[in-house]
Amino acid sequence: MDKDSIKGFIAARAAKELNDGDVVNLGIGLPTLVPNYLPEGVSVILHSENGILGTGPKPGKEDAQPLYVVDAGGSPASADVGGSFIDSSVSFGLIRGGHVNCTVLGALEVDAEGSLSNWIIPGKRVPGMGGAMDLVVGAKKVIVAMEHTAKGAHKILTKCRLPLTAVRCVDMIVTEMGVINVTPEGLLLTEINPEFTVEQIRDATEAPLRVSENLKSMGG
Amino acid sequence: MKTILTPAEAARMIPDGASVMVGGFMGCGSPHKTLAEIKATGLTLICNDGSMPNGPDGSDYYGVAKLIHNRQVRKLITSHVGLNPEVAEQHNAGTLELVLVPQGSLAEMIRAAGAGLGGVLTPTGLGTLVQEAEHVHSVVEVDGRQYLLERPLRADFALLSGHLIDRRGNIWYKGTTRNFNVVMATAADIVIAEAEHIVEAGGIEPENVVTGGVLVDYIVDGGCADG
Repeated sequence: MDKDSIKGFIAARAAKELNDGDVVNLGIGLPTLVPNYLPEGVSVILHSENGILGTGPKPGKEDAQPLYVVDAGGSPASADVGGSFIDSSVSFGLIRGGHVNCTVLGALEVDAEGSLSNWIIPGKRVPGMGGAMDLVVGAKKVIVAMEHTAKGAHKILTKCRLPLTAVRCVDMIVTEMGVINVTPEGLLLTEINPEFTVEQIRDATEAPLRVSENLKSMGG
Repeated sequence: MKTILTPAEAARMIPDGASVMVGGFMGCGSPHKTLAEIKATGLTLICNDGSMPNGPDGSDYYGVAKLIHNRQVRKLITSHVGLNPEVAEQHNAGTLELVLVPQGSLAEMIRAAGAGLGGVLTPTGLGTLVQEAEHVHSVVEVDGRQYLLERPLRADFALLSGHLIDRRGNIWYKGTTRNFNVVMATAADIVIAEAEHIVEAGGIEPENVVTGGVLVDYIVDGGCADG
């Protein structure tokens, strides 16, 4: 698979986790592809933490109002039919209050306990946490959707080495190699992309990885 | 009726070294005309983010990015600076103090200050670097659950932007521009709201007033950005 099809493959699998009517917040990058792969009959309410509940399609150049309606990345956005604009306090009240069913986001590192690092590389990149810390603490389900390694370097670790975004917050990791659930006993491989073997996935994963007795194929 | 100022008159009220809250998210909903006139230096700036260069309005430095570019900010309290590389440059050079606060905590710390609360208990940031930050009072356990006790956050000035502001200071926001403007209106000694359109009292239906005029001290005639 090339880079783009890997991203689409991961996004498509993450999309299967969403239920009709879910309120969902998507991180930047790969997670923004998730709505393109929603299963038939599933429609979700997208939350943009800067102030849209019910984010609509990306507006065309003529409809864009870049001074007035943007998403959490600062790019032109729209409110869907039935959507609303909210202020930051209400927006994060929805997040922390458990009114967001699911967030799908990327990671620099995630570990065997489900702790997540995705906001800072000390001495190199200090972009800030933005809304990420609130999202992974508040959303009912936290899905990390990312490539399994960073050009071969492990990202799924025994213990995160970078500063944490939150402790024990991740429920599920979806990569091009498989689907991993975070359980009290550690990481559990529940689905495998048939292009890979369990051994290959274990090699690409620093954390100990148990394999589910009902290991399924990740295809499609 | 509120006093109506020009952007330059409003900007002159802000002295060197003042703490200033500025509404907006990546510049969307910031009081751009007033920001462009601010000459004060050594500011403590409280804003969701460091905004970005190359604004959609054609500006080289959008919103608060102008103040950062001109080195008028000594300390920045914010949640995200990833789109403005000048923040990292100045921070690494030791000329800009940077305090990163989770976005939801920042909103709620400001809301707490404006609502007369002694702090905010939030699970956000527990077990992270945030726990060590100056704005966190302590870790508190309530009924078996742990929280960070975040201090309230207020400022000398709040600079807001509204699409419609009536002569009593009532504000209606367009699109996603309400963001931090709503909470900041409650948490500063002097609140200055820049209007794209000033309308007569009653020009905004009571149901549509988002920020009540009692919170606003001065209105700036900002002129309209969308013609």
